[in-house]
Order: sequence, then structure tokens, then C-alpha cells
Amino acid sequence: MATAMVATLERELVLYRRLWKASALSSFLLPLLFVLSIGVGVGRYVDANGGLGGVDYLSYIAPGVLVTTAFQIAVGESTYPVLGGFKWVRSYHAMRAAPVAPRDMVGGHLLFLAFRALLATIAFLIVVGFFGAIHSWLTVLTLPIAALLAVASAAPVTAFAATIENDNYFAILFRFGLIPATLFSGVFFDVNQLPLWIRPLAWVSPLWHAVVLSRSAMLGQAPHPGASAGWNAVFIAGHVAYLGVWAVVGVLLAVWRFTKRLQD
Amino acid sequence: MVTTFVATAGLRTGTLSPGRIGAVISRNIGPLRSGPAYWVVLVSGFFEPLFYLLSIGLGVGALVKNITLVDGSVLSYAQFVAPAMLATSAMNGAMAETTFNFFFKFKYIKTYDAMLATPVQPFEIAMGELIWAMIRGSLYTAVFLGIMVAMKLAAFGWAVAAFPATVLVGFAFGAVGMAFSTLMRGWQDFDLLTTAQFALFLFSGTFAPIENYPPAIQVIIECTPLYHAVGLVRDLATGVPDWATVGHAAYLVVMVVVGLWFTGRRLEAMLLK
Amino acid sequence: MTVQPLIHARGLVKRFGDFTAVAGIDLDVAPGEAFGFLGPNGAGKSSTMRMIGCVSTPTEGTLSILGMDPVRDGVKIRARLGVCPQLDNLDPDLTVAENLTTYARYFGLPRAEGRRRAAELLEFVQLSDRAESKVDPLSGGMKRRLTIARAMVNQPDLVLLDEPTTGLDPQARHLLWERLFRLKQQGVTLVLTTHYMDEAEQLCDRLVVMDAGRIVAEGSPRSLIETHSTREVVELRYGDTPLESLRGKLDGVGERIDVLPDRILLYADDGDAAVAEVHRRDLAPSSVLVRRSSLEDVFLNLTGRTLVD
Repeated sequence: MATAMVATLERELVLYRRLWKASALSSFLLPLLFVLSIGVGVGRYVDANGGLGGVDYLSYIAPGVLVTTAFQIAVGESTYPVLGGFKWVRSYHAMRAAPVAPRDMVGGHLLFLAFRALLATIAFLIVVGFFGAIHSWLTVLTLPIAALLAVASAAPVTAFAATIENDNYFAILFRFGLIPATLFSGVFFDVNQLPLWIRPLAWVSPLWHAVVLSRSAMLGQAPHPGASAGWNAVFIAGHVAYLGVWAVVGVLLAVWRFTKRLQD
Repeated sequence: MVTTFVATAGLRTGTLSPGRIGAVISRNIGPLRSGPAYWVVLVSGFFEPLFYLLSIGLGVGALVKNITLVDGSVLSYAQFVAPAMLATSAMNGAMAETTFNFFFKFKYIKTYDAMLATPVQPFEIAMGELIWAMIRGSLYTAVFLGIMVAMKLAAFGWAVAAFPATVLVGFAFGAVGMAFSTLMRGWQDFDLLTTAQFALFLFSGTFAPIENYPPAIQVIIECTPLYHAVGLVRDLATGVPDWATVGHAAYLVVMVVVGLWFTGRRLEAMLLK
Repeated sequence: MTVQPLIHARGLVKRFGDFTAVAGIDLDVAPGEAFGFLGPNGAGKSSTMRMIGCVSTPTEGTLSILGMDPVRDGVKIRARLGVCPQLDNLDPDLTVAENLTTYARYFGLPRAEGRRRAAELLEFVQLSDRAESKVDPLSGGMKRRLTIARAMVNQPDLVLLDEPTTGLDPQARHLLWERLFRLKQQGVTLVLTTHYMDEAEQLCDRLVVMDAGRIVAEGSPRSLIETHSTREVVELRYGDTPLESLRGKLDGVGERIDVLPDRILLYADDGDAAVAEVHRRDLAPSSVLVRRSSLEDVFLNLTGRTLVD
């Protein structure tokens, strides 16, 4: 029932209307500060050593920080708000009493996060555009990439939040999921710099795949410059498909957990 | 200095009792027995600064290579960044405990209302919470310093010297954090606080020497607390303390005193109205 | 011609693991009726309500709501129900009016229609002046009225109210009853659970008394009192005297005697005559009260226990 899904999305938007000012401020301010501190501050040293991937350091990290922002919004908004909807606010129970099915609840939530990711991406692009970090018209593709990453990362976290009883588990998710993913998914340095045995962990993370795609789009370069054009096409399809699998499996898990939690 | 201050505050509110402060601390130990999740959370606190050190210190470090300080000394990037991670983690740990958790207990679970129905005084609650935050934070710090020694990022002797400095950092931010949380109107204020903390994290000479910024910005940074915390810990961990180090320490001591004084006053006004 | 019941249940059972919450009940609720489940906490009322609300699957038995199967047609049925749950689940971050308009959207009502319904319903539950307020500062009674308004937003065929006045002060309860009574007059079918006798007597045309997952009696409040109690009840108090010792001495006064920890209840059709008999036996109590029999007495009679412990 698509109308019910739209209705749950509308609820999120009504709530967001009150927060958007603060959220817009941080959407612009945080990337700006980040770009100044790491891109400019640290970048000066990196660029003195010849930059990275043939571009200045700011241009190298900007695409990664962009999708990381979407990733953090998606994961963050799928933790406490989802658990709270079952445990404290009980808004999912209220929806359940109305003819809103679990898939509508999950769908509305994820649509909202895709929307949030798009907003953050636009704000981010405006900021880094001033710093010369946009090198290709393909940059526009970061919009669907950020939205897809948002769904791919939010859906399994939503399923997790719908399963647990104790919010202590979120601290574990942040410390062993969100933070390491942010730090080791090729945002600040190439994953190939990591010891060989750690690299598979980066490859597993959906964030890495989005970083590769986003960087490729913003720099207008092939994602894996060593490979032929044909292989790069395959790689791009592979990265997108990998994110798609996370999204689809995540949605299925989330709908299943919502259904379980709302029935007895 | 801190002791005299605590003693005077004690006189004003009646006599401070170490026993009662201990009782407030031990309330925090209770949840430790509640189950594995809490333990995992507690232990996982060790990993956060470690991940940062590995990623920024080593990963980005390989790109930056060396940092030359104003005095001409040359540090590897990991050596430069590690003390800053340590100071930041001491700040974040103390702030989390004294703002988020303090506010939660204060406003939602009414832990303090229940405590105040007993002979426990507001200031004893504040001290108890702060000391608890320090105990937790110091454990993390000690382990992190150990890792720095193991990775040859700091000499053993200087790591030992840096330990009390990190405790002071924690105390300073804990005291100020508590003072803030007595002023919080709601969760939306925490967003502001988190944003402010993040900005401090980015610009306090954490990732690059502040000499990279325009002079006007340098002056602003020199007024902010994390800059002094990073300065103090870095001077000691890298083994080059000087008079500036003393200045950093003095700044943090003032934070402790002002933070505690303010918190004590606010708590009395709020809880015993 | 018989009217098709809105709720029809036969041998309805709900188990949670080893625990049986509802142990086989039969029910029929007709359109326009105000039907009540009366019983103490843990009697199985809320579990029954959740099955009727299609948010809990029956373990055994047949259940049909509005002529449909709640397992298969849950969504269709819920589209025609209004639910006021025991635990308030209003949206604390939305305003009073937004709580209604947002909920209306869940039922697929167009936005304009939702706004119109919200204004109407806020008027009905006397919250129009709070429309722009957040939910948190509302009193318990106001929140409950808002939840009831929310349950009416889809013009339901059947409204389920789980303990509608539990936790409210007497004034708030009376205001709520008065609103519910108006709904009933408008022909809305109400199904409610309660452990308050006065609530059941005020609102219900017909009710079932539940105890330990079973229905122990059924009928209108009046007929239940007539069947399971006497017209009047005398409450005797004797200060510190051990009451059990008086049981034998009071034997034969009235139709039945119940000795409670703090008082003795005598069931008699003529209370005053029973009091006179007590005095004649030289058993003058420290205080005495003659009152009409209530559902509380019915419950005590049926189960040997008081309702509110």
C-alpha cells in the first residue's frame, strides 16, 4: 500500500521541518570545517609530498567525506530513532494500529534517509565547489550514489535497531562499525596502503564502494585507473550491485524484524 | 588549589563526605554487573582512539611523512597526532559522561532526585560523577599511552609523565561539561555541543600545527581549551616541556575550578528549589 | 433477521510460551453496542483486545472482525478500526493537530480531509485551543482525549479502548466518560476493557467478566448484579476486632457473607433489615454503610477476590 508508505515519509518530513535549520547549519558547517582542517591543514603537507592519486589532497578526500556524511546520517538516524519508535515513543505501534504495514514503515523511513542524504550531498557540493574539489560534470552522479549508500547502510542498521532491547548495543555499532568504516574505507588514504590482511574488511564495507564511485565521479577518472575501460565498466557495475545487495537484503531483514517485533 | 576550593565549597553546603561521594560513584558501578552489553561498551572505549591513531597516524601519516614544529624539531606524523588523539579522547570521554549521561540521569531517570532525598548533597553528586568519569577515562588513557610506547611514538618515561596531564584534561572538560549540562534546555543543545566539540577536534593543532592558519585564527584557537589540552599532552609525550607547557596546565586548572564552582552553585539552585 | 456481529469469537485462545493469557472465550459484539471486558490486571483483557485489533495472532479458535479474518485481512480490518491503547503512543515531537493529521494520512485520507477531521475532532474532545501545542505538556486526561480523537480520525466502524481512564484523576475520568457516552449516542460501536466497576456500569450496555483468561459471567451490568448479587450490600466495620470470629455469629443475616481484611460484607435485598438484625444480635459495628450492590460485588461473588488489590 504505497499511500501508507508515503504517509510515514510525510511524518518524518513534518518532524524534520522543525529541525531543518539546525540540521542545515551543520550540513554546511561541518563539511566546511572538515575541508579547512584536513583538506587545507593536512593537505598542505600531503601536497608538498606530491599529493595523492594525481590530485591535491582536498580533491582526493572531498568525494569520500561526501559519502561518509550520507553514511553517518543514514546510520545515526536508524539507531535511536528506530529503537525509540518501538520502545519509548511507540510510534510504530501507533502506525501498526492504523493500516500501515511493516514494509510501509521501513520504506517511509528509508525514503526519508535517502532524502536527507541528498540534501547533505547538495550542501556539501556547494561548499567544496568553492574549494575547487569538483573536477567533472559527472559529480552530479554523487547524488544517486549518496542516496543508494544511505539506503544500503540504513536498512541493515534499521533491522538491527528493531531487534535489540538495550541501546548499549548502539555504542558497539558505532565503535566497531561506523567509526572504523569511516576511518578505513579509503576516505583519507588509499585502501591499498592498509596491510593486506585488513583490506578485505574495507572491501566488505559498503562505504568503501561508495567512496570509490563518488571519487571516480567527482574527479572524472576511472575508478581503477590500472584496468582497461571494459574492466572499469564491470567494476562500476560491481560496486553499484554490491550496494544494491546491501540495500535489498537490509530491507528484507528490516521488514522481517519489524513484523516480528510488532506481532505477538 | 583544587582541594582548598573543594573544601570551601564543602563548607558552604555543609560538610562534604567522602563516603557519600563514594556512594554516588558506586551507583555507577552497579550497572557493570547488569550484563555483557555494558561491559562491551566500556571495553570498546579503548578501541576508538586506537582506530583513529591507526587511520590518521599511520594511514594519513604515510602521506604526510614528517611535521616540522616551530622550534625546529621534526616529528613523524604519528608522533605528532597521537598525543592529540589522546587529549581529544580524554575530552570526549569526560564530556560524554558529564553532559549526555549527567543530563539523562538528571532529567529523565531522576537518579538525582532519589539521591537528594537522602543526606547526599548536590555537590557530592557532582564530585561523584566527575570522579567516576575520571576513573573510566584514566583507564583508557593508560592503555593508549601503553600502545604509544609499544609503537615507539613516546618514550616510557615521558608517557608516564603525560598520564597525570591527561587526567587533568579529563577533569577540566568534565567540570566544564557538568557546568554546561546544568544549563541545557534539551537534546537540541547537545547537537550544538557536539558540533562545538567536533570543531575543537579539527582545529586545536590536532591534525596540523596551528601555524598553518592565518594569525587572527591562531589567536582564536589559542583561546580555546582543547588547544591547551593538546599542547600539554604533546609537550610531555614528545619530551619537550617548556614554559608554554605550564601555561597550558594553568589554563586547564582554571577550567576545573570555574567548572566545579559554577556546577555546585547551579545544582543547589536547581535541585533544592 | 439477525444482524451480523462486528466481532465473533469461538474458543479463542492466546498463549505466550507456557503462559495462557486467554483460555478459550466466546464473544459476539453487535453493531452499535457498547461492550466491556471487566476484570483485574492479568485477566486476559488486553490480550483479547490486541487480537481484536489484529496486532496479535490468535493461538487457537476462530475470530472474525467485521466479517473478515484478522490474520489474512489485518490491514483491511484495521482501516476500519479506531484504537486507543493502554500505553499512550502519541508522537511527542508533533503538535496536537499534527498528531491527528499525520495519523489520518496513515489511513490514506487526503490532506485537506485530514485537516478538516482534525479540527472537528479537537472540537469534540475539547482540545481546539491546544491544537498548536506539543503533546508533552498536556495533562494525562488531555493526552487520553487526544488519543481517542486520533482513534476516531478514520470514522471507524468499531472503536477499541484499552483501559481508557486508568491513571486519570476523577474529574478527567468524568469528562472522558461524557465524551465516550456521546460517541455511543452517535451509534459508534465501543469495545472497552476496564478494571473499574463504575466505568463498566456507566458505559457498557453489555459486558463480560474475565478472570484468569476465562469469561466467568456475561450480561448487562444490571442483570449481572441481579444474577450474581443481592439488591443491597451492608458494609460493617469493627475497628480492631478480628473479623473472622464474627462470621459464625452473623450466620443467617442476609443471603451471603464475605469477610474481607478490613470489613464484612452482608448481601441482602433489604439492607436496613439486615442492619437491624445485626444490632439485635448485639454485634453493633463501629461503622455501617448500606449501599446498592455493584459490579465489584459481582466479581467478589464470582471469584472470591476483590477486583482492585
